[in-house]
Formats: sequence, C-alpha cells, structure tokens
Amino acid sequence: MSTVFAGTEKNSDEFDVNEMIMHHIKDSHEFHIMDINGHAVSLPLPIILWTDNGLVSFLSSAFEHDDSGSVIVSRKGQDFVKYHEKIFYANNNGSEKFISYDANGNIINKKPIDFSITKMVFSMFISMILLVLIFVSTAKTYSNSRKGEPTGLGKFTEPLIMFIKDEVALPMIGEKNHDKYMPFLLTLFFFIWINNVMGLIPFFPFSANLSGNIAFTFVLAAITFIITTLVANKDYWKHIFWMPGIPVPMKLFLAPIEFLGIFIKPISLMIRLFANISAGHIIILSLISLIFIFKSLWLAPASLFFSVFISLIEVLVVAIQAYIFTMLSALYIGSAIEEHEH
Amino acid sequence: MDLVTPDIGLIFWTTVSFAILYFILAKFAWKPILGAVNEREKSIKDALSAAEMAKEEMASLKADNEKILNEAKLQRESLLKEAREIRSKIIADAESEATEKANKLIQSAKTAIENEKSAAMKELNNTVVDLSLNIAEKLLSKELDNKEKQQENIQEILENTKLN
Repeated sequence: MSTVFAGTEKNSDEFDVNEMIMHHIKDSHEFHIMDINGHAVSLPLPIILWTDNGLVSFLSSAFEHDDSGSVIVSRKGQDFVKYHEKIFYANNNGSEKFISYDANGNIINKKPIDFSITKMVFSMFISMILLVLIFVSTAKTYSNSRKGEPTGLGKFTEPLIMFIKDEVALPMIGEKNHDKYMPFLLTLFFFIWINNVMGLIPFFPFSANLSGNIAFTFVLAAITFIITTLVANKDYWKHIFWMPGIPVPMKLFLAPIEFLGIFIKPISLMIRLFANISAGHIIILSLISLIFIFKSLWLAPASLFFSVFISLIEVLVVAIQAYIFTMLSALYIGSAIEEHEH
Repeated sequence: MDLVTPDIGLIFWTTVSFAILYFILAKFAWKPILGAVNEREKSIKDALSAAEMAKEEMASLKADNEKILNEAKLQRESLLKEAREIRSKIIADAESEATEKANKLIQSAKTAIENEKSAAMKELNNTVVDLSLNIAEKLLSKELDNKEKQQENIQEILENTKLN
C-alpha cells in the first residue's frame, strides 16, 4: 500500500484516495513490486502494439516508470507515450506536450491496439501455470492409487471437483448431459477462484485485480452465452419467442422480455463477478487508506483490524462468487438443453 | 467509466488463456480425474449391487432351507402316519388271522372229536356186541333151561344196549 502512496506523493502533497484505489484495481503495464528509498522496483512487462505500421513490441521499462505521457518511445518510425496506463501515439507537432486534449478535456491522441502482456495478463498466466500444475499432478495421483481412491493432492482437490459435479453439474444440467459440460464448469470455477484468491494476496506476483476487471468477466460470460446459444434446443427458443400454455396477448408481451433475458443473463454474470471482486478490493484499500486520510498512526490498529476482518470475509466471498458464476452458467446451459414435458 | 470499459487486449488474452487452459486441463486433468472418479463410483455401485444380490440369494437360500425343512417335516409326519396305519393294519390282520386260525383249529378239533366220538361209539358198539355175546353165551350156557327168563334177559340187555 505504501508503494502506491509513494507513487501518488510525487504529484501533490494531498493523498488522493480515489486515484490510489483506481490505480490499484486497474491494469498496469509494469508489475510494481515495491519502492526502495522512493525508487520504484518493478517487473517490466512486454508491450505489444498493433500499430499502423504493424506489430510493435518493447519492454515497458522503456517508459522509465513514466505514466504522465512525458517519455517518448520510438519504434518503427512511430512515437508512443504512456498516459494513465494507456499507450498513445505521441503528438509530434513540435510542442513540449505529447498529449493533446479537446475542449472537454478528453485526449484526442490516436491509440494503437494494445495487446500488451499487462500485470493482469501476467497474473493470468501465473494462474494458468498454477492450475495446470495442481490439476495435472492431481490426475497423476490417480494412476498411482490402487482402486482410483484419491491420494496426495487428490485428497484436497477431489472434494472440490466432486462439489462441482454433485452440487452444480448434476442438479443444474442433469444426469444425462452433465458429463459433457464438466470440463468447462471445472475450468471456469477454478480459473475464477484462483484468480480471485490471487487478487487477495497483496504482494508480488499476486495482487492483480484480474477477476475484478470487466474484460475478464466479459469473456467468461460471453463463453457461457455462446455455449448456451449454441446448444439450445427447440424448446428453449420456443419458450422465449412463443411461451406455451399462456394466452396469445401474454405470449406477445413476454417474447421481447424473454428475448432480452438471453442477453441480460450473461450480462448479469459479467457485472456480478466484476462488481463483487472490485468492491472487495475497494473496501480493503479504503480501510487501509483511513490511516493516510486522517494522517494518524493511532487509527492504524482499527484500520488494520477492519481490513483483516474484511479480508477474511473476502476469502469467503471470492469462493462464493466463483461458485455462483459456475452455478449460474450451469443453470443457463441446463435450461437451454432441458427437455420440457407438457 | 474507464473501469467498466472492457480492454481489447485483456479480452484477447483472457480468451486465448481460457481456451488453452480448457484444452490442457480437459485433456490432462479432468479426463483422467473424472474417469477415475466415475470408474470408482461404478465399482462402488457394482459392489453394492453385488452385496444386495448376495443378500437376496441368502434370503432365498434361507427360504429354500425352510421350505425343505417344512417338506421334511411333512414327510416325516406322513411317514409316521403311514407307519401307524400299517401297524394297526398289521395288528388287525394278525388278529383276524389268529381268529380264523383259532376257528379252524376249533373246527378241526371239533371234527376230530366227532370222528373220535363216532369211532369210539363204533368200538363201544362192537364192545357191547361182544359183551352181549359173551353175556349171552354165559347166560345161555348157564340158564338154558329157563327159557322164559332167558328171553327176558336178552330183551333187557338189548334194550339197555340201544339206550346207550
């Protein structure tokens, strides 16, 4: 936390809670580890840009920790600046300022398409490696056991897997089809959960607020949406556009609502995970910030007590959110392939 | 607003990561794990059903045993009954046979007695005749002169003999 504090101190003496928190929960092009004597120690991450002249890549250390658009990096005859963790084409109109604004204060500089390995992408890769390590070695323990009973790591992971099978897949999708969706549900659940947990750990190489990022939750919700739409049977569409068993005026009334529901369901998935995880991070950071807002060390015990308390709740929340996301995904898929009997 | 605008780069990397993760985990983790779990569940289910079957078999065996036992009991009962019947029949038969035999014996004894009696009578007759003759001889020799008396005597003797 002090690292961020130090970072914001450069601009003004006033501690800006909002900026500090936003800085923390948003993405970044370098992985800040700590500050030593006011000097930032961070892991430079590769910046990959799709520009007008094709693919450009360089390490983020080329910006020399600058985030105010004052350091230019030139590659392939193009100049780039980084401003608030966004890469822009630099203005080369000869002035000192590389960033131009319109009348409303919006930046008018053009942006290359940014495919950088950011802090979040880096964190996601770590989570992938962890997941593969954990579950491939779990799978290996089964070949060692005599009668397929869990040994070693399997003793820990199998109950989780069985939980997804027995409490999510079986009741939501049903005995007949659940096998087909188990790999998806398991991957989804553990991917969300491990990233949630990694976001709660406040030091390198964790602490990235990946599952509290709308792009991340958007992709997962979109995958659920695509699966639901692709596997949906005739009954599903019939229940949306021509609900059986009710009068025609009601059918006409319900059709647009049900149609919107197709999109609202995954959007609610996306927003729920994003908002819950981000909110958790914001609360913890706010509680810590109390010390700096009141500029009193005496507040530290209370502030710490509450942030530890909230952190413990968050441990529960992140597991529940991963479970809810998985369960609702399973529910939507299950409702799409359900065979109705009238 | 920045917070709720999805970043194209992160969307791209999340999609790629999730796809890669899905295929790696599905092939190298979920398939063997779920396979082992399902196999184990199946073997447990099989074992349970086998136990259930064994239990049923036991029950049917027990029922069979009971049936056999009952049958044996019934058989014993009927055998005993038969034996009792045979016994009483034998007794009855023996009785009737004995009666018959006794009757026969009595009959033959009676016949024999009758025969003996008639033989004895014959012999007695002869004896009587002899005796009479002897008596007559003696009387004749003794009282030949007394004709009337002789005749009287003879008549008397004859009558006596007949009465006998």
